[in-house]
Amino acid sequence: MIQAEPQLTIGDTEVRFDLDVVASYIKPGAKVLDVGCGNGLLLELLAAQKNVDGRGVELSQRGVNNCVARGLSVIQGDADTDLVFYPDRGFDFVILSQTLQATKNPKEVLQHLLRIGERVIVSIPNFGYWPNRLALALKGRMPVNRHLPYSWYDTPNIHFCTIRDFVNLCDEVGAKVESAAALDGSGQKIGLSMPWWFWNFFGQQAVFMLRR
Amino acid sequence: MTIFPKTARARRLIAADEANNPTSPVLKFGPDKPLMLDAGVELSPFQIAYQTYGTLNEARSNAILVCHALTGDQHAANKHPVTGKDGWWDVLIGPGKIVDTNRFFVICSNVIGGCLGSTGPASINPTTNKPYGLDLPVITIPDMVRAQVMLVDHFGIDTLFCVIGGSMGGMQVLEWASSYGERVFSAVAIATGPRHSSQNIAFHEVGRQAVMADPDWCGGKYFDENKRPAKGLAVARMAAHITYLSESALHRKFGRNLQDREQLTFGFDADFQIESYLRHQGMTFVDRFDANSYLYMTRAMDYFDLAADHDGRLADAFAGTSTRFCLVSFTSDWLFPTEQSRSVVHALNASGASVSFVEIETDRGHDAFLLDEPELFAAIRGFISSAARAKDLAEVTQ
Repeated sequence: MIQAEPQLTIGDTEVRFDLDVVASYIKPGAKVLDVGCGNGLLLELLAAQKNVDGRGVELSQRGVNNCVARGLSVIQGDADTDLVFYPDRGFDFVILSQTLQATKNPKEVLQHLLRIGERVIVSIPNFGYWPNRLALALKGRMPVNRHLPYSWYDTPNIHFCTIRDFVNLCDEVGAKVESAAALDGSGQKIGLSMPWWFWNFFGQQAVFMLRR
Repeated sequence: MTIFPKTARARRLIAADEANNPTSPVLKFGPDKPLMLDAGVELSPFQIAYQTYGTLNEARSNAILVCHALTGDQHAANKHPVTGKDGWWDVLIGPGKIVDTNRFFVICSNVIGGCLGSTGPASINPTTNKPYGLDLPVITIPDMVRAQVMLVDHFGIDTLFCVIGGSMGGMQVLEWASSYGERVFSAVAIATGPRHSSQNIAFHEVGRQAVMADPDWCGGKYFDENKRPAKGLAVARMAAHITYLSESALHRKFGRNLQDREQLTFGFDADFQIESYLRHQGMTFVDRFDANSYLYMTRAMDYFDLAADHDGRLADAFAGTSTRFCLVSFTSDWLFPTEQSRSVVHALNASGASVSFVEIETDRGHDAFLLDEPELFAAIRGFISSAARAKDLAEVTQ
């Protein structure tokens, strides 16, 4: 079951809102690679609900050992360096949830994901979310809040972007956005009819389904 | 009740007898079923000594093949006939254990070239009625696996539920998955690699030279002279044993502690505990292991290079595989460092294989795979349970 406490840390133990949206994009029985799978909650969810053939890559050794002990096909690896080993179109879906902002080279990572998966699902925290803008505009400080819990000096999130930034990157690498959803701070979907600027202001995070 | 020999000499006599008349069940292959060797010759007749645990189910779908390491043998989960000690993987295999013999049918055979009952250099050569010695062709990891395939065929098993092993056993696992992938549902390769590194070959060469430098080795014909190159083999074991541990584990266990003395003796006795420990390791090893067999086993590992058999592309060794893999490495293993396992993982990724890979933090070095290592057990337990679910194996088959 999806729980109600949103968290944005990498390798989190809570099921996050975005995972619910991600799961809704996945077709039953698909071959799925979850890059940055944490402790495997999404893979477990997808195996139980959609009977997927799931694989995972996770940076933290603790996360990996935890996953393997629970019977998941997960390896220790780094999105920045290890995606190169995967063959073209090896998976129906490749998922990168709340991880892109922590990679060294997000553009290259995204290009690899598009090469490996028929469909790529990326979820990102939106740095353009209004409380973040407020923190910078009024306090003149980098935002630290319940969604972005780290200080600037110890954050693993070295490449934050806004929803619009990400859409631009998709254009740049030739990815087509098939579906997208923005979630507000309480995890509710923002209306589909709303324009990008609205998402970019009120979306705390966004989930995209892309293809080449 | 079995009486285990107390004296070293008695143990050596029993070990020599185990080579030809093992206490284990033996499968004999006559002239009609030769073993094709990579050396380009046939081995015939030959025999395989093995142990089994648990019961094969009616569908013959619950078999796990355990592959032993360099100086291991088929006695994985029973008392050893020579030493009287528990099986080398007793911590893992047994009723209710991780490799649960209430649920699985476990097979472990002595490799070809070994010295506990499968045909090896200590076995009697039927054409001369003397032990083979160095007249036995060089044996390779694929040769060992080819013999295991014949054993598995004998049981009427089409697909092994799992093949599992560490170190040289792990090499056999990789060879099984590469050459007989359709007969391997899942594979667990621990503390191993796709090839032996230059450094590893170097250590093995030191060991072999120690054996061959012993005058009692007699050019490999020591049985004829009623001698044993015990000193050379002990030195080989001592050197090898260091590579199975790690510097920090050695320091933790022994430090610079002195052995049964208050101060240095200014001589060449075993002043330090580590010296005494290594001497003990060497001395006990020669009681149970044949020196020529040690040459053959080390050579088999040296020759192993899975990528070379596939034009240098390791990924091709696993092309189109449907086997589920689990690889495990240990942070302090300098014989098979994590990078070796990782290269296999990358090759498997490239083949689209299902693979789990954990690196376990421990200071116990290469030998950690033989020890009670909770994270190792958790990984194997999780992997095997999930594979059993995927294959619809009942929780308990009996």
